[in-house]
Amino acid sequence: MNIHQSPFPILIIAAPLLTSFALPVVGWWWRRAVFPLVLAALTISLGASVVVARDVLANGPVQYFMGGWEPPWGIEFRVDHLGALMLLLLNFVTLAVGIYSKQSVLKEIPEREVSLYTVYLLLVAGLTGMAATADMFNLYVFLEISSLTSYALISIGGGQAVVSAFRYVILGTVGAAFYLLSVGYLYSVTGTLNMADLANILPGLYGSGAVLVAFAFFVIGISIKMALFPMHAWLPGAYSDAPSAVSALIAATTTKVAAYVLVRVMYFVFEPRFSVEMIPVTTLLSWMGVIAMILGSVMAIAQSDLKRMLAYSSVAQIGYIVLGIGLANAAGLTGGLLHLVNHALMKGCLFLVAGAIVYRTSLREIKDLRNLSVKMPWTAGIFAIAALSMIGIPPFCGFFSKLYLIMGAVEAGQWFFVGVILFSSALALAYFGNVIRYMYLPKEAPDEAPSMPVRNEAPWTMLAPMLTLAAAIVLVGLFNGAIVHGFLEHAVPAGLAGAGSRAGLLGLGW
Amino acid sequence: MLDPAIDFLISHFNGVTYIVLMMIGLHAMTGKSNLVKKLVGMNIFQWSIILFVVSLGAKRGATIPIVLGGHGGPAVIEAHQYVNPLPHVLMLTAIVVGVATTGVALALLLRIHRRYGTLEEDVLIDRLRASRNAE
Repeated sequence: MNIHQSPFPILIIAAPLLTSFALPVVGWWWRRAVFPLVLAALTISLGASVVVARDVLANGPVQYFMGGWEPPWGIEFRVDHLGALMLLLLNFVTLAVGIYSKQSVLKEIPEREVSLYTVYLLLVAGLTGMAATADMFNLYVFLEISSLTSYALISIGGGQAVVSAFRYVILGTVGAAFYLLSVGYLYSVTGTLNMADLANILPGLYGSGAVLVAFAFFVIGISIKMALFPMHAWLPGAYSDAPSAVSALIAATTTKVAAYVLVRVMYFVFEPRFSVEMIPVTTLLSWMGVIAMILGSVMAIAQSDLKRMLAYSSVAQIGYIVLGIGLANAAGLTGGLLHLVNHALMKGCLFLVAGAIVYRTSLREIKDLRNLSVKMPWTAGIFAIAALSMIGIPPFCGFFSKLYLIMGAVEAGQWFFVGVILFSSALALAYFGNVIRYMYLPKEAPDEAPSMPVRNEAPWTMLAPMLTLAAAIVLVGLFNGAIVHGFLEHAVPAGLAGAGSRAGLLGLGW
Repeated sequence: MLDPAIDFLISHFNGVTYIVLMMIGLHAMTGKSNLVKKLVGMNIFQWSIILFVVSLGAKRGATIPIVLGGHGGPAVIEAHQYVNPLPHVLMLTAIVVGVATTGVALALLLRIHRRYGTLEEDVLIDRLRASRNAE
């Protein structure tokens, strides 16, 4: 399984990037061409990531040298198994949200679609770039592209969203600046920015103070981007005030890519020998994850607004992912990464449902959702699937990632973490169960409510992406074994407890 | 008694400078209630890091990295004769990113001021609460 060259990784990034530059010009004289162009760019990107994933599965990691300059001088793009899965996920979710966004944007922010889609595609380019690049500084540039575009996308919501976006700008820039500082320190001691090259040089320098400082700043910076407790302050406002489609897009992608970068740098640029044994960072991460799981869920229960509740639930779910990364054994890391994939699908789906409800009824309060299952049966059903998966009910994907996490916690001998995973799932049952109960219970006082049409389902262009994500939740749950064996097994670095063992030998794994 | 401290300051003056600047920036971001001052604090924070990384490339008595007689001087071939240009080039990109961030933040501030008529955070929070209750 040798590394080989392929031009497709760059196509994944170039298609949305170049289209986004063309959009303002096209939108100026031919507005109707904008949306088809966006879909074409996202489809090309998804197609290229499918080609790359098949190539990676068959022949091993692929690389591309930007401009023909070989590393360590040039910028290298490298897609390994985990990267291929990440790109597939990103392009799948962004295409689904893209299709969904047309109606929703027309209703919520009319006349602004050209600027919205320009920034949308730039965000996709930034995120896929973060997933594909193998250069630390190039990663910083893509990180800032995705951050700047998400500030702009959130602020398009207007009103309070602008204030939330400003808070996000301040915190997000601090996070990116810490990351930049860490890259500066790494460069000062190694003289290289290429990840593979760094991984070769760093083991000789593990005793150096500069490497320790670089690693610490990296973890802090990425934690802010990931909204890990207690650095989550920007997240609830940003997610709940943004336009519906933007909430779904950002909730499903940005924090997940940051978590992916954390895994990649912590376990592949540095070795587990350094990041697990020499400094207690994984222990610290597990505990922060555990606190996030409990506090995020408690805050979610306290919310009366559906989107705000989903946002706080995201804080808790990031906790699960980080706990899995911090457990530092094969089962735990597999669980964390699988939960990363699952959470992108589930939270994307839930925010799409919240958007569809706003689209048809303009309701955001949970207590107003009574009888929704009659008004919008499909939407309510999709919400129920995603919510049950979030709680961790068996055939859906959320169950399997939590199972791996529990296996990882048991393997690490941390029975307390097992208890917290179960407790946090019970809290999820409380807040998601509450919403489902409101949606499916008949209205108590039918006279009080204004007369609404009995059935008013979301338009099919919004329903189809929601259904696709719901189907993905079920399919990823049923075929989690294929994902674990095909992709995630290769993402467990040598030197981690339990590496090389078949982590996914569960009864239900196909 | 002060000699070791002064020696440390002189030998690490770039590190000390960036940490002092960074703390000033952090103070402005967390301690000031005016949003423009927060933004200025964020800029100081960013520039402190950029300054530090640029200082990493500095080298006493070295010249620009051009092989054939830069500035009419002798040809520089040995590594100790020229400055490593990479940190500066990287920070050029970081400066561009910083300008873009400042631009986005200023545009947001403009819209906050248009809608709420204030840039003081405490007043803004009151008005946000008022508009939320009015809904």
